[in-house]
Formats: sequence, C-alpha cells, structure tokens
Amino acid sequence: MEIPYTVAARPDTGLNNGKIGIWLFLASEVMLFGALFASYVMLRVGAAEWPAGATYLNVPLATLNTVVLISSSVTMVLAWASLVKGQFGRFRLFLGVTILCGLAFLVVKYVEYSTKFHHELFPSTNTFLAIYFTLTGLHGLHVIAGMAVNSWLWGPGSRMWKTDPVHFTNRVENAGLFWHLVDLVWIFLFPVLYLL
Amino acid sequence: MSEAHAPEAASHDHAEVDRHVRAALVVFGSLLVLTAFTVTAWSLHLPRRSAITLALLIAVVKGSLVAAFFMHLISEKRFIYWVLALTAALFFPLLLFPMLTAPGAVLH
Repeated sequence: MEIPYTVAARPDTGLNNGKIGIWLFLASEVMLFGALFASYVMLRVGAAEWPAGATYLNVPLATLNTVVLISSSVTMVLAWASLVKGQFGRFRLFLGVTILCGLAFLVVKYVEYSTKFHHELFPSTNTFLAIYFTLTGLHGLHVIAGMAVNSWLWGPGSRMWKTDPVHFTNRVENAGLFWHLVDLVWIFLFPVLYLL
Repeated sequence: MSEAHAPEAASHDHAEVDRHVRAALVVFGSLLVLTAFTVTAWSLHLPRRSAITLALLIAVVKGSLVAAFFMHLISEKRFIYWVLALTAALFFPLLLFPMLTAPGAVLH
C-alpha cells in the first residue's frame, strides 16, 4: 500500500507528512527546552546569590561557538537551495561544511568542559554549574543528533537523490529545520548562561 | 488516495530560491553584527536590569531572524502557525510563571 502525501502536499493543510511531522517534533523540543529555561529562572529567582556567568565560563570561546553555529545555519540553507536547483555537488559541499561546523562546535565545547573539570568544577559544585551543564549538555546532544542526521543525508541517505529527488530535497529541508532550532536554542543559551 | 497536489520542493522556482539565498546571506550578516552588539553590551558592565533587558532583546531579534528566514516562517502554511501558536500559549506561561511568583527577585 502506498502511503499518501510523503511528497505531495495534503489538500487541507498544504503540507506533506514530513513537514507536519518535523514541526510537531520541533514544538515538543521548544517545550523541552522551555521547561529547562523555566527551571533556570526558578533557580535564579530563588537563589540568595547568583554568579555572573563569566565568573566560571569562557565568553570568547562561547562567542566563537555562536559564530560557528550561525555559519552552519547558513551553509545548511545553501545546501538545501543547491538541491532545489539540481546542484548535487554543491549540496554535498555545503552540507559537509555544516557537519564540520557542528564538529567544531563540539570540539570547543569539549575544551570548555575539560577546563571546568580540570579546575574541579562539576555539576555538583553549585546550582549555576548544575543548570549550565544540564542546558549545554542537552544542547550538545542535539548538535550530535543533527550531525548524525546530516551525515546520513550526506552519505548513504543521498542515494535517494537518484530515485526520488523531490523527496530527498524535502528530507534535507526538514533536517535543516531541526538544525536551525539547535542554532536558535544556542542564541538564547549564550547570553542567559555566559553574559547575564 | 491520489497525490493530486504538486510536490512542495518542485514548487520552488530558481528565482525564488535565489531570493531566499540572498535573504539568508543578509540575515547571516545581521546575526554576526547582533552577536557583536551582545558581547559589546556585556563588556560595558551595564546595571543588571539593563543588561538583562538588552541581552534578551537582542536574542529575541536574532531568534526571530532565524525563525523567519532560515526556517521559512515568514511564508509558511497556516497549519504550522497554529501549531506554533499553541506551543507559544503553553511555553510563555511556563517561562513567566516563576518570574511572576517571585517579583523583583531577579532584577535588582
């Protein structure tokens, strides 16, 4: 049996299955991070003292990571646009750069984490570090998940381009929506944790 | 059921995609400038209330640019707007409730 609307848009919503699915998933992701941001606010307003983020955290490294993630969002858009224009080689180039940007982000995060651990700063040290590691750790897992999906689409998953290019292009667009959400979350994590 | 409607990706013509790419590059530049503003504002050591307001304001502008242009929300289907409206209706009370129940505790 053929599953309807895998590529074509449903007449009532104007969307295909994948697009609806990814947006419902992103909505659940907003609530997941929203719950943790609310926890941050609750911990902060309930604390007698709250350290400035820069007391513990490295602002220049986090600024670098902000630039890296923003850049990766642009290359993700360029990868999708290349497919729409039928330029598979350019798609692979731009998606490859996106994956490398994700890797660079994780390397910087590793440097940050290892420095904290070297100075014996752990989630159990205080409430600020507990919420810092929770929020950035969960965000880091999302970066890894996005890289896994993008790597699949860059490698074995790209075989679909030959058999069903429109469906493949939609998959890349949906992977891009997830990647942009990861960028969006970091845009708020950066000032909230590092600068305020 | 038949798939009578045109595939979504096929409906993007090249000129439309080129416009989308140009907009994305402008947004990219804007995001870099706004990131520089955020860090500059932080380095000025403003009073805490002003620093929080300014940093969050810039973050909201940056987030809106990403959502509008990178995630295509500036020209998306109505169904998705309804999904996001429902999400916002749940998200903002969740976020604001702790602040409203402890007035003044964070902004002094």
